[in-house]
Amino acid sequence: MRDVAVIGVGMTKWGELWEKSLRAIFVESALLALDDAGVDKIDSMYIGCMSSGLFVGQEHLASLLADFLSQAPAPSARVESACASGGLALRMGFIDVASGMSDVVLVGGVEKMTDVNGHEATYALSTAADQEYEGYHGITFPGLYALIARAHMEKYGTTREQLAMVAVKNHHNGSKNPLAQFPYEITVDSVLNSVMVADPLRILDCSPITDGAAAVVLCPVEMAKKMKKPVVKILGSGHATDTIALSSRKDITWLEATFQAAKKAYSMANKKPKDINLIEVHDCFTIAEICVTEALGVVDKGKGGEAVQQGITSLQGKIPVNTSGGLKAKGHPVGATGVAQVVEVVKQLRGEAGERQVKGARVGMTQNMGGSGGSTLVHIFERE
Amino acid sequence: MEGIVGYGAYLPRNRIKVEEIAKVWGADAPSYKKGLLLEEKSVPSPDQDTITMAVEASKSALKRAQINPAEIGAVYVGSESHPYAVKPSGTVLAEAIGATPEVHTADFEFACKAGTEGMFVALGLVKAGEIKYGLAVGADTSQGAPGDALEYTAAAGAAAFIFGREKLVAKALETYSYMTDTPDFWRREYQFYPQHGGRFTGDPAYFKHIIGAAEGIMKKAGMKPKDFDYVIFHQPNGKFPFRVGGLLGFEKKQIEPGWLVNKLGNTYSGSSPMGLTATLDISKPKDKILIVSYGSGAGSDAFIFEVTERIDEARDLAPRTRELLDKNKCYLEYGVYAKFRQKIKKAL
Amino acid sequence: MPTPSRYWREIPQRYRLEAGKCKNCGLVVFPPRIICPRCKSRDFEKVNLAESGKIITFTIIRVPPQQFVDQAPYAVGIVELDDGVKLTGQIVDCNFEEMKIGKRVKIEFRKIFDEGEAGIICYGYKFVPE
Repeated sequence: MRDVAVIGVGMTKWGELWEKSLRAIFVESALLALDDAGVDKIDSMYIGCMSSGLFVGQEHLASLLADFLSQAPAPSARVESACASGGLALRMGFIDVASGMSDVVLVGGVEKMTDVNGHEATYALSTAADQEYEGYHGITFPGLYALIARAHMEKYGTTREQLAMVAVKNHHNGSKNPLAQFPYEITVDSVLNSVMVADPLRILDCSPITDGAAAVVLCPVEMAKKMKKPVVKILGSGHATDTIALSSRKDITWLEATFQAAKKAYSMANKKPKDINLIEVHDCFTIAEICVTEALGVVDKGKGGEAVQQGITSLQGKIPVNTSGGLKAKGHPVGATGVAQVVEVVKQLRGEAGERQVKGARVGMTQNMGGSGGSTLVHIFERE
Repeated sequence: MEGIVGYGAYLPRNRIKVEEIAKVWGADAPSYKKGLLLEEKSVPSPDQDTITMAVEASKSALKRAQINPAEIGAVYVGSESHPYAVKPSGTVLAEAIGATPEVHTADFEFACKAGTEGMFVALGLVKAGEIKYGLAVGADTSQGAPGDALEYTAAAGAAAFIFGREKLVAKALETYSYMTDTPDFWRREYQFYPQHGGRFTGDPAYFKHIIGAAEGIMKKAGMKPKDFDYVIFHQPNGKFPFRVGGLLGFEKKQIEPGWLVNKLGNTYSGSSPMGLTATLDISKPKDKILIVSYGSGAGSDAFIFEVTERIDEARDLAPRTRELLDKNKCYLEYGVYAKFRQKIKKAL
Repeated sequence: MPTPSRYWREIPQRYRLEAGKCKNCGLVVFPPRIICPRCKSRDFEKVNLAESGKIITFTIIRVPPQQFVDQAPYAVGIVELDDGVKLTGQIVDCNFEEMKIGKRVKIEFRKIFDEGEAGIICYGYKFVPE
């Protein structure tokens, strides 16, 4: 297995991009990554996209995007793992380079969500849940995470205010990110007074509907050194699955797939939670960030709420979480999220994060999750 | 000897009061309450229909019958509000209770007597030795046109009976049916609400057929009103059962236990059947019960039952009818009621 | 939006709560499976689930999917049945203020949704207070 580096990253501004089609947003971000890497030809590409079929009626994305990026006849594959599609695309690209099969690999993620109305978008997202035994009964994604939130609050005493603090923190970080969908601050009060979506989660606890894409370029570390690029190495990659239905879990307040994927990543990277300088996590809902920090071992089980209240995960805290603004402020074009997390970590490790810069950041981590935690990808990066 | 092996009832928890409906249409509530001898009626939630209520009533009947549902040889659902115009309610019910696939199923309709119609046929098949057990259900979620007199009474409920030859809670001593073509109340296909002939629905319709059936069955059985402990008539409103009972020579106390309409409304195909379940709930072994249904169009089915020793063991194996009627009630405003009953025109 | 065949295939589960019990380790799975998630045995027997249990978590859905628009707001929860199996389903006939973790509920047969005025009617299980 060869060592793999990330030599280019690219991402355009996220939001409701009425004028841009799916292919346009992908190509723009991909070109930014390729230019940043200083390459114009790739050996293969992997694209994370949850549901182009339901959102824009387009399948066969691998071929479409290879064509529009002018990289055909390069091999191209579209991977899907609901909201973890981007993270999974990274892992596939990583394996392709590490194994020696390919040298220069483009990993991208894209989702175009605004061409359908709200109900259709909600339906498309709900296909990440168990259709026959969860979706059939009228559950939604905010609903599933609300079930987790209520159970977590009952079991550990996590408060409504602590959930709101996650959103406030991420907006504070996002206000320093020019590419974020919502680059502005919010307050705990505004979260607590926003409209209820699924008790106890309110609209400001939920990540938005977003159009967007992100891309990174991978190559062997040896090649990166020859190209005189700052070497950001992928130290560890972990991937795990869990039951698709929330009701099938032994403990509905615990994200087992995140725990398992992180275990593999920490082991492969030979790192522990205390070695990580910053983490991009999957805050699809505020409660998710709280549960993820517990499952990653950043805090003890049940203490995720306290941690955000004490500022442990703030930009100036012991271990900043979601310096990019997270899914909440940056946006959540489903398939692109996992790749955008890598873009942020790489920028941080290169010292290019501007006002959001974590001083002396050398080791970063990304955690990307699908559905109600049915699949998770965890990656660890280190600046050499 | 054949008869009832198990019985059960089900009704929704929602209610709407006469005052609430009268308020919206500018009607005089006290005079409606007095004239109909009725205070409130049941309202189905949007997730309840003839089929869902039939399933729950049948499950209660199975609990009392203590039989293996796979041995049920016939499943009949009588209603004038079957959820599908074409596709039986009976197949969903049979599937839900585990009676499929070796079972005969049919949906019945005959205005308010569709329930007893199914009972008549199921009992007949058991008598003939064709089936071991037969399940018949009367269930309805009928509509009353907004502002019409029927809106105060059209309610929702279900009653289920399992007939057989063993483990009887009540022997079926006699049956009788009396029927003529009388257009007192009807609904054409594709119409949402029914229509009726006003006062024509009284003497030439309800009274004529109930009296015809009651006198006919008593003659056949050689019995008189005083020979019965209880009698149940179809209950389109609070007054009619007492009036027809009086005309036939029955006393108020014979009618009262099965008289649910003042708090329930008219559950159409469930009306007299639910009166029967409520009566069985309080009956004693050897009690004789007469039930006479009425369905517009028009006709009446009559049955004479004699309660057995097994009633004491079976009666509390499932909820009693009056318990369902009196407990856990939820009163609705007219707006919510209209939304639940799909009376509000929405965009497509 | 299930097709008739997709709806019909799950009837034994939706109407009768038919589950599978692993003959090797005794685990009850719902819906039934081909291979046991605990011991990987492929030998199951048919069992029916218990009909009551307790609420272990719930939420009130206020922004529903298309087919449930007329029902909102409604409660959905995860209920642990008395035989240990956990199910997701709507909780009805209960005021929102009275809903709490630990409340005893039982299963009732209800309509889940229909495919508009002309489509099939989809039935299944919901939970009501015991």
